[in-house]
Amino acid sequence: MSGERLLNFAIRYGFLILLIGMVLFFSFAANGFASPRSAVFVLQSVAITGILALGVTCTLVVDGFDLSIGAVATSALMLSAYSMVILEQSAFTAIVLCLLMGAFVGLVNGILIVKFRVPDLLATLGMMFLLIGLQRIPTQGNSIATGMSLSADSVAEGVFSPAFLWLGRHRFDLVIERLVPVPVVIFLVIALAIWAFLSLTRHGRLMYAIGSNERAAALVGTPVSRYKIAAYMISGVTASIGGILLAARLGRGDIASGTNLLLDSVAAALIGFAVLGAARPNAFGTVVGALFVGILLQGMTMMNAPYYTQDFVKGAVLVVALVFTFYLSSRRGAGGKV
Amino acid sequence: MAKALEISGLEKSFGRNHVLRGIDLVLRSREVTVLMGANGAGKSTLVKVICGYHSADGGSLELAGEPFHPQDAADAISKGVVTVHQSIDDGVIPDLDVANNLMLDRLAKPGSGLFVRERKMRREARRIAESMGLHLDVTARVADLEVADRQMIAIARAMVGDPKLLILDEPTSSLSATEADRLFSLIDRLRDQGVAILYISHRMSDIRRIADRIVTMRDGAVSGVFEADNLDYEGAVTAMLGHRMTEVDIDPVAVDTPILQLNDIVLRQGAAPIDASFHDGEVVAITGLLGSGKTRLAEILFGLAEPLAGRLRLDGKPYAPRSAREAVSSGVFMSPKDRAANAVIGAFDIADNMTLPFLEAFSRLSFVKTRAQRNAADGMIDRIGVVCQSAEDGIGTLSGGNQQKAMIARWLLKPCRALLLDEPFQGVDIGARRDIGRHIRQTAKGRTTIVFVAEIDEALEIADRIVILNEGAVAGEHINRDIDLTRMVAEVSGQQDAA
Repeated sequence: MSGERLLNFAIRYGFLILLIGMVLFFSFAANGFASPRSAVFVLQSVAITGILALGVTCTLVVDGFDLSIGAVATSALMLSAYSMVILEQSAFTAIVLCLLMGAFVGLVNGILIVKFRVPDLLATLGMMFLLIGLQRIPTQGNSIATGMSLSADSVAEGVFSPAFLWLGRHRFDLVIERLVPVPVVIFLVIALAIWAFLSLTRHGRLMYAIGSNERAAALVGTPVSRYKIAAYMISGVTASIGGILLAARLGRGDIASGTNLLLDSVAAALIGFAVLGAARPNAFGTVVGALFVGILLQGMTMMNAPYYTQDFVKGAVLVVALVFTFYLSSRRGAGGKV
Repeated sequence: MAKALEISGLEKSFGRNHVLRGIDLVLRSREVTVLMGANGAGKSTLVKVICGYHSADGGSLELAGEPFHPQDAADAISKGVVTVHQSIDDGVIPDLDVANNLMLDRLAKPGSGLFVRERKMRREARRIAESMGLHLDVTARVADLEVADRQMIAIARAMVGDPKLLILDEPTSSLSATEADRLFSLIDRLRDQGVAILYISHRMSDIRRIADRIVTMRDGAVSGVFEADNLDYEGAVTAMLGHRMTEVDIDPVAVDTPILQLNDIVLRQGAAPIDASFHDGEVVAITGLLGSGKTRLAEILFGLAEPLAGRLRLDGKPYAPRSAREAVSSGVFMSPKDRAANAVIGAFDIADNMTLPFLEAFSRLSFVKTRAQRNAADGMIDRIGVVCQSAEDGIGTLSGGNQQKAMIARWLLKPCRALLLDEPFQGVDIGARRDIGRHIRQTAKGRTTIVFVAEIDEALEIADRIVILNEGAVAGEHINRDIDLTRMVAEVSGQQDAA
């Protein structure tokens, strides 16, 4: 193979080969790694960050960024707990409230960015702080659980409904009994939907056009503002879905959980740039990016690597992926099939 | 007079494209030499060789009698050849104040001390500004100044190192008439200080005002030199345009049905209202200098701007688009100027780029029909002659001319009522230009086509009728047959009385 073809091959398949190599390595080195249970465990560990990462991918596609996803997810966590435990509402109401909240936050983000011309990073950073603060106000900064005292003489009597907990805890049978958890199924469904939306529909195509050259997209008659707002709303909704699943898994409104969600999901989306040499945000890459990190951490855990090395490893993977994307791809000509 | 720069037998090629074919030119001190040439004549390549951006393939350069082979732009500057480029903001740092801008080269010099001595620097800067006749507050931020002041600071900065040769590339293109006057007095002053000046411009008013000599270029060679008592402006224009106009024979079409009508459209405060109709099957060129209002007019027709007064009619019905989207859905398409900024989607391949405006037509239930899209793109690639491997090539792999073809093909995929082409020949070589022109004329039936171009020869090459704008009003109108070129040039430059 000539140098250029080798380079192209490396850009296209390098990351996937690395992924397969890693799986093979752990299969031999870590006892029990190559089992369905372990595979499902990996999927489960990345499901929620993966869902958030898919949302942030949509904002990256229109050349934006959403820093508020982590805060939206934890807000959804607190909101669902609040509506079920304190307001004693049904699971359905809780879920609808969370989804509406996510969509509304996305809408506000989008309007701040499109109409008020606030730079995306700043608008969503502001929104992040606002939400982190807001979710603590109704409970004076406390976590929400059944039996918590509300005032001097009353306690919260509501409970997480079984239907809601089912979302986070039920496992479907697949060959083996009770194998696939609901969040994994939801993750895969959302991944498929976002992938189809971004790469097969004209809406996705126009969003990529906006991300590449907003002015040119506007001059062919694309409603740029509407698409950008839509991207932030998708991001808000997926983040709230992540939050709902987190709440369903924990079974309580834990004020301290979900701190790593933002950085992990952004990392997954950015690693996704390197997959198949796309050099741009894409849903398939995001899923592979999330899996890559999940497999790496699972393998290391099974080989008894200490937990405090995890962030270091994630960072190293991200840096390597970014080099793949920006250095190698810039040496190859630009442009190509979406 | 002393020779500042002597160029002999200068050759430069890019691949098979022979751009400079043996240039012989002498630039003298205390003299303003105006360089004229149509697009693609090789002006900018010549300038880039002189200022060290490109190296010459053959021939020699001598600066004040010494051989001159600049390694790069910095080397050329240190030897005394300074260029002020067309886009002003390349020459200044908007966020710093005037003093810092003027002294920037000194700050950048190694060994100039760690701490900035503000007071000394301001004193020095004030001295430089005074010597140029610039009276402004050196502590003002450059971003807050007028365009002309910024332009002059870029020039003043260039003058800090006492250059032998100053090259000005279309310096008035973004200046108003009074601002340009101030620039000219600065140039007069520099000329008196003994600097040789090479001035590139098409504006006849500029040229009349400051030229000591006119040199015209055509097809990579000097096609005419007009000196002192023999400053023949019309001769210069003819030498610049040369035989080109006769190469494309236009047989103006007879017009019948008007499609797009302008009723009393006012482009700017105080300008005469414009009345015009554009007919079925007709190609009309609207030409004029920068600031003549042609971009404004294009924006109004495409819904990006509103006229100060007046109405538009499309097929007899009122037409008042408020966005590009509305214009497109009414059947008015526009290929904007400056394709890199306004048209090309760098991340997409040719097929996606071409079909972008009409993705809706190429999809079912929002899902893009890839095959239909490719077939349409392939057909267009064949018809307009885009040189590429396949429709799936990245748009960035194409040459400028082929990218432009793809951008224009984009709007030919579907029939329209009015097709607006803003500077369709920008950065396009002569071959691609002919291809585009031919295709536009061949497909002209069934719509009206309006082409906005700054270069007269481009207008002559494509249009049935040429409308000339000056200062936001119509200065003249010609059917493209035996045109009185001199009169047209005079109208473009707003010098009807002088001509």
